[in-house]
Formats: sequence, C-alpha cells, structure tokens
Amino acid sequence: MAVIQVDRKPLTFAERTYIPQILSGLKTTWKHLRSTAVTLEYPEQRPNIPPGYRGVPTLVKDPHGREKCVSCQLCEFVCPPKAIRITPGEIPPGSPNRQIEKAPQAFDIDMLRCIYCGFCQEVCPEEAIFLQNQYSMTGYTREEMVNHKDKLLELGGTLPDKHFKWEKKLHAEQEGNAH
Amino acid sequence: MDFFFELPLWVQAALKGLAVIAVIFPIAGACSMAERKVSAWIQDRPGPSRAIPPWFAIIPIIGPFLQRLGAFHLLADGGKLLFKEDPLPGHVNKFYFVMAPLVAMIPALSTVAFVPFGAYVSEAKQVVPLILANVDVGLLGVFALASLGVYSLILAGWASNSKYPFLGGVRASAQLISYELSMTLSVLPVFLWINAPGQSGSLSLARVVEYQSQPGFLGGMWFVFLMPVSAFIFLVALFAETNRQPFDMPESEADLVGGFHTEYGSFKWSLFFVAEYSHMTVGSAVFALLFLGGWNPLPWVSLQTLGGWLHLTGHPVVLGILSVLIFIGKVLASIFFFMWVRWTLPRFRYDQVMRIGWKQLLPLSILNLIVYTCIIGGMEYFGHR
Repeated sequence: MAVIQVDRKPLTFAERTYIPQILSGLKTTWKHLRSTAVTLEYPEQRPNIPPGYRGVPTLVKDPHGREKCVSCQLCEFVCPPKAIRITPGEIPPGSPNRQIEKAPQAFDIDMLRCIYCGFCQEVCPEEAIFLQNQYSMTGYTREEMVNHKDKLLELGGTLPDKHFKWEKKLHAEQEGNAH
Repeated sequence: MDFFFELPLWVQAALKGLAVIAVIFPIAGACSMAERKVSAWIQDRPGPSRAIPPWFAIIPIIGPFLQRLGAFHLLADGGKLLFKEDPLPGHVNKFYFVMAPLVAMIPALSTVAFVPFGAYVSEAKQVVPLILANVDVGLLGVFALASLGVYSLILAGWASNSKYPFLGGVRASAQLISYELSMTLSVLPVFLWINAPGQSGSLSLARVVEYQSQPGFLGGMWFVFLMPVSAFIFLVALFAETNRQPFDMPESEADLVGGFHTEYGSFKWSLFFVAEYSHMTVGSAVFALLFLGGWNPLPWVSLQTLGGWLHLTGHPVVLGILSVLIFIGKVLASIFFFMWVRWTLPRFRYDQVMRIGWKQLLPLSILNLIVYTCIIGGMEYFGHR
C-alpha cells in the first residue's frame, strides 16, 4: 500500500489565538439555540413506526375471528434464544374448526429472551405470528414479561387473509373432493 | 425608612448583607437550572419541563408556561439535594472534608460586599451608589476574597484522600494562580485611566462606573470600547478563575471522574456548585462594572440622562430600582454568555491551559499595560486631560 505523506500545515496566527474558531462555534450554537427541539417528548408524543418494523411478536386471528396458529411448533424450533414455548392441543370433535385438528393449548413467549429477530414470523406456514408495531414492553417481574396466549392474541388483533385455506379444506371434504 | 436608619449600625449592615445574600443565593441556584435549560436549547432539546406542583398546575397560562420553562425543577433539585443521604466516605479527613464546602461559600458570598449593584440620584443631584461597603480598596477586596475560593478546592481535594480529587485540587491551585496575574494586570489600565496623578486615588468599583457616566464622547464611553484588549483578557481570566469551560480543569469529568468533588455528595456537593455560580455572578458583576458601564443603560447614555428622559429625577427609589434592574440584566446576560461558551467549546488540555495562561495571556496583559501607560502618559504630557 502506498504511503502518502500528508503535510501538516503550521497553524496561522489567527488559528493559534483560537478566537476565529471560538466565534464560529458560538455562531453555530446560537443557530441551534434559536431552532426548535428535534426530540420527541415520549409518553405524550409517539414515534412514527416505519413499515416492516419488528416489534413484539404477536399471534393474529383471521377475519372470521379464528386463531390462525395450528401449533406446528416450527417457530419454537427456529427461535434462536428459545423464547417460545408451545403446548400443542387437539381441537375437540364437534367444533366448527374440527378440520384444522390442532391448536395451541398454551403459547408462551418469554420477552426477556426474545431478540426480535423475526424468524418466527418468517417460518410460520400459517401466517399466524407477526412482529408488529408494539415497541414498548415493560413489567415489574419476570413472570410479567412472559406473554401468554390470550395476551399474544390481544396484542396481535386481526389481520386480513387472502387464502382461507382451512375453509377450502372444509369445503373439499364436504364436497368429497380432497384434491 | 426612618425606622431603618435609627437601627444600630451593625443591625443595618447585617440586614443589608442578608438582603444581598437573599438575592445572590437564589440567582446562584437558578443559574444551575438555567445551565440545564441553556444546554438543552443549544442541543435542540426541550430540557427540564416536567416538574410542577399541583397547586400551580391549575393556574391556566402561567402554570404550564413555568412548567415548560423548568422553573419548578429548581425546587425539585434543591429538595432532592437537601433530603438525600449525605455520604461521608470512611477514608477522608472528616474535619477538613466538611470544612471545604463551607470555606467555598464564605468568599463566594462575601465578595458581594464590595460590588455596587445600583445607584440613585440624591436630592443634591449626587449619584449615590448602592453598595454594602463603599471602601476605596473595592476591586482589591473582590480579588483578595475571590482568590480565597481556591483554598476550598485544595482543601476538598486534599481532605478527600483519593487521587482524582487530589489532582483536581492541584490543578485548581495552579490554574487560579496563573490566571490571577493576567486578571489583575488587565484591570490596571482602567484604574490608571480614572485616577489622575496628584489626587487621592481609588480602586472603588463605584468610581469606575461614575467615570463611565460622564458627559462627552470619551466620558460616556464604556471601557470595553476604550480598552477592548483589557476586557478580553479579563473575560478569559474570569472564565479560568471561575473554573468554567473551556478552563474547567479542576472538575474535568473526562479525565478526573469529578475532580475535587468526586467524593462529595448531596448537599455538600451542591454547596460547591452554589459557590461556583456565586463566583460567576460576582465575576460577571465586576466585568459589567469595569467594562460595561455598570448601571448605565447604554453607552453614552448615563443613568442620570435616562432619569431625566423618564422624569424620574425626583424619585430616588424608582430610579434606584431601575438601576438595579439594568445592572442585574447585564449580569444575567453575561452569565448567559458564560453558559453559551460552556456548551460551545470543548475543554482545553491541561498543558494548553498553562501555555495560554503564562505564555500568551500574561505577556499580552503586560504589553497592554505598557501601551496604555504610554498613552495615558502621553495624554497627560500633551495636556489632553
């Protein structure tokens, strides 16, 4: 690598007195003194969340009010810090959603472990778990920092769905055409 | 009024002293608040704007305005510093450790005695300065007492019995001694100018202001225009003497943790700060008196002229209050300048501080003194005065 010798110029007399620099610095700070604050006053003013933001992971429902998670546990396996714990359960016979077969009995996300990587959202085949806009997550105890299933569903709300694949399955079963 | 003048002299003096301290102490406290607010504005933040007692919150416009201004944070800060635990580390020399903040307060509050803070025109058309001790040593008194302030820093640094405070104390003593010379030499031309040979001389600050309120072009000229170099050296030395940025070597958070007050906490710590801000207030007051015309509203417009314009010649009390307000306005503007500089400049390195003090400021002030001595001598010789 070529070595470039850089001349260090001796300071001029004006520079050695510091005065021009000090005056220009004072001018700069004066400009800032007169400008308005650029900070947000947080609890009253909230930041604009950009699209694609990865907030607290949440479980969502489809427009018909059905929870979308089928407890396949892919998110649990992919989760790098092992923050997700799912207890799978069966959907009892006679339920209108019987064709789905499985739903989580319990779904816990330990927010003290979660690193907001979004792998769970990426891996989910059912589009049931999303990292949404919720950025503030506080609690006084470790227990409070674990989000259980109802809390996750409450945070997630309802998201639009394009496929309604389980309803298609139901129709197919009813019309005797599985494929 | 008559009742006051019939009191014994020492009671009068004590009351006057208390009245002045009752102004200086809150100003020094409010300065700490203003410091936070100015720093916030310069850094494009809103700054402290939350604290408000509930009985103020119900006042419509004024309450929220004071809240945004952070006025109540002053009380909150003061209350916190009063009521939190006052730590006394086990390894310190307890007697001197407790003494240091008290030693800091004494010169900080007693220098005010020599500083005139206003004037009124008496019935005999005489301008009478408002001052606690109108003695001829005036400025010497201020310098003598203010330089005692360094003992508190040395004492604090030494009594803390740990290395960073000790280094802070050593730096404080070296810096204060270096800059005191330039400071004293820079004001000499002012006193050479106002004291004619053959007459009784005076170092009284009131006399300096009197000189700046004379009629005529030279008479009404503030000394900042007449002696800009003196004013500049005095200002720089004042920054160093009050340990303000860019000369805050004794504190110097980056390299000395907290400097001389590293081991101090709560109220003792806050006393150091009140002392520092009192020094700043008194220093600004001296600067305003020497170079900015004291209580004269504008250059070439003296207080008497203003009183004549406003038809206040017969109202000594109103004119006196007006002069005090003008003076306090100048002092506050100068304190604002101190803060503005603090949030603009980084800290000098220690060797730079010493180099500026001994190799630049001191020769400059000696040269300045020689030049003005020659000018004054020449004017004397050719009879222009």
